[in-house]
Amino acid sequence: MTKIGVLGLQGAVREHVRSIVENGAEAVVVKWPEQLDDLDGLILPGGESTTMRRLIDRYGFMEPLRQFGESGRPMFGTCAGLILLASDIVGYDEPHLGLMNITVERNSFGRQKESFEAELSIKGVADDYNAVFIRAPHIVSAGEGTEVLAECDGRIVAARDRHYLGCSFHPELTDDHRIARYFIDMAEQAKASLANS
Amino acid sequence: MNTGTDRVKRGMAEMQKGGVIMDVVNAEQAKIAEEAGAVAVMALERVPSDIRAAGGVARMADPRIVEEVMNAVTIPVMAKARIGHIVEARVLEAMGVDYLDESEVLTPADEEYHLLKSEYTVPFVCGCRDLGEAARRIGEGASMLRTKGEPGTGNIVEAVRHIRKVNAQVRKLVHMNDDEIMTEAKLLGAPYEVLLQIKKEGRLPVVNFAAGGVATPADAALMMELGADGVFVGSGIFKSDNPAKFARAIVEATTHYQDYKLIAELSKELGEPMKGLEISKIAPESRMQERGW
Repeated sequence: MTKIGVLGLQGAVREHVRSIVENGAEAVVVKWPEQLDDLDGLILPGGESTTMRRLIDRYGFMEPLRQFGESGRPMFGTCAGLILLASDIVGYDEPHLGLMNITVERNSFGRQKESFEAELSIKGVADDYNAVFIRAPHIVSAGEGTEVLAECDGRIVAARDRHYLGCSFHPELTDDHRIARYFIDMAEQAKASLANS
Repeated sequence: MNTGTDRVKRGMAEMQKGGVIMDVVNAEQAKIAEEAGAVAVMALERVPSDIRAAGGVARMADPRIVEEVMNAVTIPVMAKARIGHIVEARVLEAMGVDYLDESEVLTPADEEYHLLKSEYTVPFVCGCRDLGEAARRIGEGASMLRTKGEPGTGNIVEAVRHIRKVNAQVRKLVHMNDDEIMTEAKLLGAPYEVLLQIKKEGRLPVVNFAAGGVATPADAALMMELGADGVFVGSGIFKSDNPAKFARAIVEATTHYQDYKLIAELSKELGEPMKGLEISKIAPESRMQERGW
């Protein structure tokens, strides 16, 4: 069975676990780096990116997470997780993991009272997707080879760069599990091709 | 685009799960909290133990302090309004505060009615001691709950009582027959529809944090063990000898609440925690948890 981890340091962990299980895959809550070893894919959930970063540093997650990505196993970042994945963050000198070729801007739709729901069309996933944006970042620019999957109000809100998937909204907060399905498919394909190589 | 929907307001609290929200009274403290890994800060004029010591009427913080904190950090900023004080709540909302706490720590402005929180774009957190109170607050539109505990005491006993009570009542409700729920609603003083929803989903529809008396990393871990989704720490951090270290220890104990060796390490040489207050020494009329209806 395909095994998908959810980084469980802080944030909407339970919701991602539910959407993985609903899609018939196995979910693992990852609290320590050793748990990354036997996973086929990893989700970096929504939460507070600064908090997650502090805990990533404190528990020595930085290198293991980078190695996880570099091994070719898919990673999916939602909201705070997207910020963790990005290669560039507006206003910051250094990225966090820096794995996905995109530039993001934090809290770019405003404060909580500007948080919103909107209907999106997401390439390869759905034309009628209700997305929940909470103090959301957006993707200012997608680097070479990065495919834009969705835009909202002229801003990029979902993209894929090789085996990295990211969105600035929270698929885990709705009962629509189609993006999780898309990611699990990515993990299954990567698993098959890594096994053959 | 729809703003202020239930999903957006409740979802904001979901993102705070597994985290620690810290009381701060200025920009400097807010930065220490953010650096330590707090998921949000609560901007106040005085922490609960000082409110308790000062006596008199406790009101919404000076907007200048709230503004200063909002400018100092990128994590969400919360602020407290008095129970039933429509204007304090609207003022804080207009300032762009990310979450409001309709809080019994402040002196209530209305001794009969709470705010109709569903009318606001900004989400609210409210305190509760039992399922009736939790369900009434949800009925009014609260998007997040917390135990009331007994704020500013450094004594965890009331928060433990409140989280156990709420969770026991949820468990009981979930196992009830459908034809028993209306009477349960009457007995609890809870809105029937909210109880139906809790029964259907098997849990509260919003996150429930621990608050009111968390003084040590072990206290924070205890509340997580008892089923809290996260922790508010009020007076404990900035009343301790080394706030930065103390704040980090509370954050880590909350994340790894079942890693007891780690909690032992974190708890070493934290200095003197705040001096606790025994609840029986507080006159009933001075207990903040009695405020709210």
